[in-house]
Amino acid sequence: MDFSFLSDPRYDVLGAFWVTVQLTVWSAIGAFILGVVLAAMRVCPVPLMRGFAGGVVNIVRNIPLTLIIIMMSQVIANQLGLRLATRQPGVNPQAFLDTQNFRLAVLGFIIYTSTFVCEAIRSGINTVPPGQAEAARAVGLTFTQVLGIVVLPQAIRAVVAPLGSVLIALIKNTTVASAIGVSEAALLMNTLLENEADKFTAVFLVIAAGFIVLALPTGLVFGSLAKKASVKR
Amino acid sequence: MTVAGPSDGARPPMISMHDVQKHFGTLHVLKNIRLDVPGGQVVIVIGPSGSGKSTLCRTINRLESIDSGDIAIDGVPLPAEGKGLAQLRADVGMVFQSFNLFAHKTILQNVTLGPIKVRKMSKKDADELADSLLQRVGIAEQRDKLPAQLSGGQQQRVAIARALAMKPKVMLFDEPTSALDPEMVNEVLDVMVSLAREGMTMVVVTHEMGFARKAGDRVLFMADGEIVEDGTPQEFFTNPTSNRAKDFLSKILTH
Ligand SMILES: Nc1ncnc2c1ncn2[C@@H]1O[C@H](COP(=O)(O)OP(=O)(O)O)[C@@H](O)[C@H]1O
Ligand SMILES: [Mg+2]
Repeated sequence: MDFSFLSDPRYDVLGAFWVTVQLTVWSAIGAFILGVVLAAMRVCPVPLMRGFAGGVVNIVRNIPLTLIIIMMSQVIANQLGLRLATRQPGVNPQAFLDTQNFRLAVLGFIIYTSTFVCEAIRSGINTVPPGQAEAARAVGLTFTQVLGIVVLPQAIRAVVAPLGSVLIALIKNTTVASAIGVSEAALLMNTLLENEADKFTAVFLVIAAGFIVLALPTGLVFGSLAKKASVKR
Repeated sequence: MTVAGPSDGARPPMISMHDVQKHFGTLHVLKNIRLDVPGGQVVIVIGPSGSGKSTLCRTINRLESIDSGDIAIDGVPLPAEGKGLAQLRADVGMVFQSFNLFAHKTILQNVTLGPIKVRKMSKKDADELADSLLQRVGIAEQRDKLPAQLSGGQQQRVAIARALAMKPKVMLFDEPTSALDPEMVNEVLDVMVSLAREGMTMVVVTHEMGFARKAGDRVLFMADGEIVEDGTPQEFFTNPTSNRAKDFLSKILTH
């Protein structure tokens, strides 16, 4: 099999996977934070907040990710004019577009993935015995403290493994960013398939192997983390 | 303001409940409860399962809301919700049948959480306070363990220390020994007896007759959401007046 494209300076395989990693890391951090906030809203006593968070989750997670990412670019950026990068006048706009599209993609992944984080954490909340929150209220903690100090930490520890699955899905989902021209692994693959059509199998193997290298250890780490984090009752 | 307790001078009762009604759906769980508990009194609540004992306890710190009536702690009416309610709950310690220690926190952290987060105590002072309370309930050596590593009796003593760390005015106990293996019951009751001797105002739901006689000043017998009898332990155990109380006592005392 011909792997010569790996040493071709036109194709930066490592660089493309580095973009994949960056997309994943920023999206994961943002999705975790937003997911926790959504989960907190979904169990809070204010009906308006509960309804709002429930609505957001049920709408967002039922829209295909490709649509969300294209919407970020077409609607949010092009029509509503959201700027996530600064454009230097007189400079080649490609750098601006790269940063802008990268950030739009991250924002899209955060919004999409946070709904799955939210639902995982919500199922974690159901594993926390009601007595835990009751004891916390009885001590005099406010609602936010009960949630933040007692319930959520236990809920999150209970769903480390499912959160690992969400992260693995996110790693693979970052390929959708190629739809708006973010130069991550899948975009490179498209380019390679166009230019080196005869090396289809080799290209496929390299890109697939790259994702396995990223995703497999993630699963293993979260598996052992889940054991350590679990709360003994 | 609520009405002050009878013949108690200027001091309001520590707990006062007036015309308290509570329903769960169509089930009338608390019927017109009137109760004044003066400071330092130890009240034993006894009665058949489902009679509303737990609900009574839980309304006193508003873990359960009421439909109508007034409840005041040390003369202060219970706020409906928010910060005021949280603050008032801090003054009312609660010990549950199932201990409910925070499962992800160490024994020490279980005790210091309230003082640090609610009373805004420094960590150092809270640690000192917690250590002295853990010493007092006899589990100082276990301070760095997690609740699941302790026996039921030990966990319940930690739960008492956790409540005491808030320096509460009132302590509520809802069947604190019912979930314990028999050999652990006394280690918990001993702590409660010493608390009672020190003058803590206590409401204790329990079927431990020995404890009721030893530490109780007053026994309430509940049936179907009502306080059916209200007297001294001596009166209640030797000479119950209602048929329901007689019937209940004959069932629990014949073994
Ligand atoms: N959260 C609840 N929702 C509906 N019914 C309840 C709830 N808690 C208690 N009850 C009912 O209220 C009645 C009194 O319960 P409880 O106060 O726990 O009694 P006790 O502690 O004396 O056994 C019971 O019939 C019980 O089934
Ligand atoms: Mg009960």
